[in-house]
Amino acid sequence: MMAELSFLLDVTRQLLGGLPLTIELVTVSVAAGALLAVAMALARSASRLAAVIVSFYVFVFRGSPLLLQMFFIYYGLGQFAVVRESFAWPALRDPTFCAILSLALNTAAYTSEILRGGLASVPAGAIEAGRAVGMSRGLLLRRVVLPLAIRQALPAYSNELIEMVKSTSLASIVTLMEVSGIAYALVSATYRAIEVLSCAGAIYLVLIVLLTRGVGWVENWLSPAGSRA
Amino acid sequence: MAKPVVIEAIGVEKHFGANKVLRGVSLAAREGEVVSIVGASGSGKSTLLRCFPLLEIPDAGDVAIAGEVLALVERGGRRVPRDMGQVQRVRSELGFVFQSFNLWPHRTVLGNVIEAPVHVQKRPRAECIAEAEALLEKVGLADKRDAWPAQLSGGQQQRAAIARALAMRPKALLFDEPTSALDPELVGEVLRVIRGLAEEGRTMLIVTHEMSFAAEVSSRAVFLDAGIVGEEGSPEQIFRHPQTDRCRAFVARHLARG
Repeated sequence: MMAELSFLLDVTRQLLGGLPLTIELVTVSVAAGALLAVAMALARSASRLAAVIVSFYVFVFRGSPLLLQMFFIYYGLGQFAVVRESFAWPALRDPTFCAILSLALNTAAYTSEILRGGLASVPAGAIEAGRAVGMSRGLLLRRVVLPLAIRQALPAYSNELIEMVKSTSLASIVTLMEVSGIAYALVSATYRAIEVLSCAGAIYLVLIVLLTRGVGWVENWLSPAGSRA
Repeated sequence: MAKPVVIEAIGVEKHFGANKVLRGVSLAAREGEVVSIVGASGSGKSTLLRCFPLLEIPDAGDVAIAGEVLALVERGGRRVPRDMGQVQRVRSELGFVFQSFNLWPHRTVLGNVIEAPVHVQKRPRAECIAEAEALLEKVGLADKRDAWPAQLSGGQQQRAAIARALAMRPKALLFDEPTSALDPELVGEVLRVIRGLAEEGRTMLIVTHEMSFAAEVSSRAVFLDAGIVGEEGSPEQIFRHPQTDRCRAFVARHLARG
């Protein structure tokens, strides 16, 4: 019994060694993906050509598996001499960069769709009132449109964030030793799959509970007539 | 000597598709004048009012605020403002009150009132808050300072919207059917506030269906008929002794109803 417990503790300790990388993968790709998504959502409303390009982008990245996208970037791009000779090659050779890039491009596609829904929900009257007091386009966006759109989009975005946490486990397939990568290694070293995978699962659960709490708190904070009132 | 003209439309035309809403309307309000604009639904009253801050761009004709014409140029077959900076500056010198209030739902009442003074006019926040509190007091909402728009009745929302418009220290106030979206029992409280502003000598344009209110507060009334000025004169003339048949018919219809 004691031996059992110390094994579990040892496994958990080793798995936690991958947590910083898992967190790095999530935060960097989510931040980059969110920026890209805002840019795409705005471009969409600015010009028809941009709208076509953005919907094609969304079509491709939403319509194909993330794992395939990751393989494509990590293994695929290296086939092209142009890529190997370009300034971007040192980055594209790096599995961490490739994982973050594919996660970011993927989440950007979903997030821009979520944001589009949020933008469509902004009341026309609120925008008109902003124009009537002389707000510039940028100010209107910053003070009226985005706060309202983001509040509306948060519940859906919370799901996307949870998906992102879990998607980082795919990075193990391009050699990264994040929580899942370490778990696979421990399974093959110890043949004790149930124990190792349960510990890994527990780590993801805790991470996702904390994330959900965090988003809930932001939601509350952004809500008119919420607990703040 | 006549007071200076604060707000003016010069030969304004506007069509939506094949529908000619405004067919050349000229109208001016001098400092301290309260001009009410009445007319049947679809006569173009609201469209005309929305042309002053260029919320609608006239297809022909111009608007001028305090003698400054808002420059429009032809671009790609459409008329657009020549200088958005000018439009934004002039908009910030007008107070527009909408039929459906259009408060920002994500800001408190105070937040709504100080938003534009702080972020558009870039005045010191503390000064804006002090002024906003005084304005809320004036419209009878001092106790709703920290409430959210969704927590207010329609009449309260419209009074908050009026305070928001006043916070811009506007050269003129424009009311677009300010009581049309309200339950009948809430109309009075909003009209009381507007009447108070008229008595202060503010320059105002009021599009309204409240005939007796218009007759009482206006210094001048304009009857808009199918996109042109059908008749213009003192409220006494327009509401009691209209000179044209169409205005007479309109007034008779409305007085009979209300």
